[in-house]
Amino acid sequence: MRGFVIASFLYMATLAVPASVQAQPDPPLVAAASDLQFALTEAAALFRQEAGHSIRLNFGSSGNFRRQIAQGAPFELYLSADESYVLALNQEGHVQNEGVIYALGRLAWLQNPGAAELDEDDPLGAAEQALAAHQSGERQRLALANPAHAPYGVAAMQALKHAELWEATADLQVLGENVSQAAQYALSDGISGGLVAYSIARAPALAERSEYQLIPDNWHTPLRQRMVLTHQAGAVAEQFYHWLQQDAGRATLSDYGFVVPQ
Amino acid sequence: MMDWAALSVSLRLAVLTCLILLPIGIWAGRSLAYARHRGRGFFEALVALPLVLPPTVLGFYLLMAFSRDAPFGSLWVSVFGSGLNFTFTGILLASLAANVPFAIQPIQRAFENVPANLREAAWCSGLSIWQTLWRIELPLVWPGVLSAFALTFAHTLGEFGVVLMVGGSIDAETQTLAIAIYDRMQAFDEAAAALMSAVLLGISFITIGVVYGLAGRRRRVHG
Repeated sequence: MRGFVIASFLYMATLAVPASVQAQPDPPLVAAASDLQFALTEAAALFRQEAGHSIRLNFGSSGNFRRQIAQGAPFELYLSADESYVLALNQEGHVQNEGVIYALGRLAWLQNPGAAELDEDDPLGAAEQALAAHQSGERQRLALANPAHAPYGVAAMQALKHAELWEATADLQVLGENVSQAAQYALSDGISGGLVAYSIARAPALAERSEYQLIPDNWHTPLRQRMVLTHQAGAVAEQFYHWLQQDAGRATLSDYGFVVPQ
Repeated sequence: MMDWAALSVSLRLAVLTCLILLPIGIWAGRSLAYARHRGRGFFEALVALPLVLPPTVLGFYLLMAFSRDAPFGSLWVSVFGSGLNFTFTGILLASLAANVPFAIQPIQRAFENVPANLREAAWCSGLSIWQTLWRIELPLVWPGVLSAFALTFAHTLGEFGVVLMVGGSIDAETQTLAIAIYDRMQAFDEAAAALMSAVLLGISFITIGVVYGLAGRRRRVHG
């Protein structure tokens, strides 16, 4: 019995050891708005080929990252979907400066193929069809990101208000924690579709199982996406920050439907 | 496809939680089992609290306590030089708090079943308290310690809410396998989510199975 006790504790101790013996410096940690889920993953792979450095990407809602960085999370670079979070962090002194605008985001209606008729001249027609079906007793749901802390949720709310559908669809709305989750909900069974980032709707991973309709950019306030280096930024994070503003980085973002500033 | 970094974080977290919590569980379980004072009910309720508390409530209080503005958080920073939120140490502390009932309750039940006259006989034979614990009590309560280990280990692997709130899902630091699955779902990578779910299911089942199997064999041999 005593042998078993000692042996099992030794076994557990050996499992615990690798925690303390990580040799090489870790690749920099990047916090990115979840509309960048696919674009930035590709950009980081390209950067790795060109510059030989890997990047650790964490995707989530910009608002959550803003709070985490203020509380001291170890991110070196923060790419927000809403510039106000970056500007606020700068005022509070948690980041190096006010950063730069790296992209303007666009909004799209995303649905399972054939869920509703898509019409360029009536971009939210699919939402109207869902609402009409709901009113005639068929259960329908619309997905969007939570406007309380996700910039694309705010844009989705503004677009629905523009189409005078916001209040009418209040009972139908399903809120994702961030825009990736909203996209995941939009393509789930029992959901008519949802308002998500155009950059996610265009992702190759979704090409075969979904269809989308771009929403005009004057239906919501511009999604001015700003990035900034934190005080913990090392050389690789800085290099990636500049690389994203050069041709290769800009081309990758624009491939995913972002409008890239001149 | 398989997130090895997340698996490593999960296993390290589960192993360290067990290593730290089991000795505490043996001490606290024994004290509670033999306690005859009025405060016993209060301490038992305190131990059971994480069972009924929503993980977000625990996560909220821990996040507040770990903050650099809070007394505990600032004390930690002044002693160890770095904060707790969004670090592996932070999720380890959170995991210790969340697992208190799983580590203590099975051991307490086991100690309660040790006949009092057996301990008295041991003392009469001149054994010290430590010798009694090591030679008489521990061999008797061993199935309880094994259950505590299995429950703590498996529960730590499955913990989600507290770890996500306190740790923030940072790659190779606080992103456990359970959180990586959630993450992969959001990236529309169902194949990876399915693989990692199967791995987690396997590890949990083997842990529970091995431990209950050992405890069961022991009961048949000695029972």
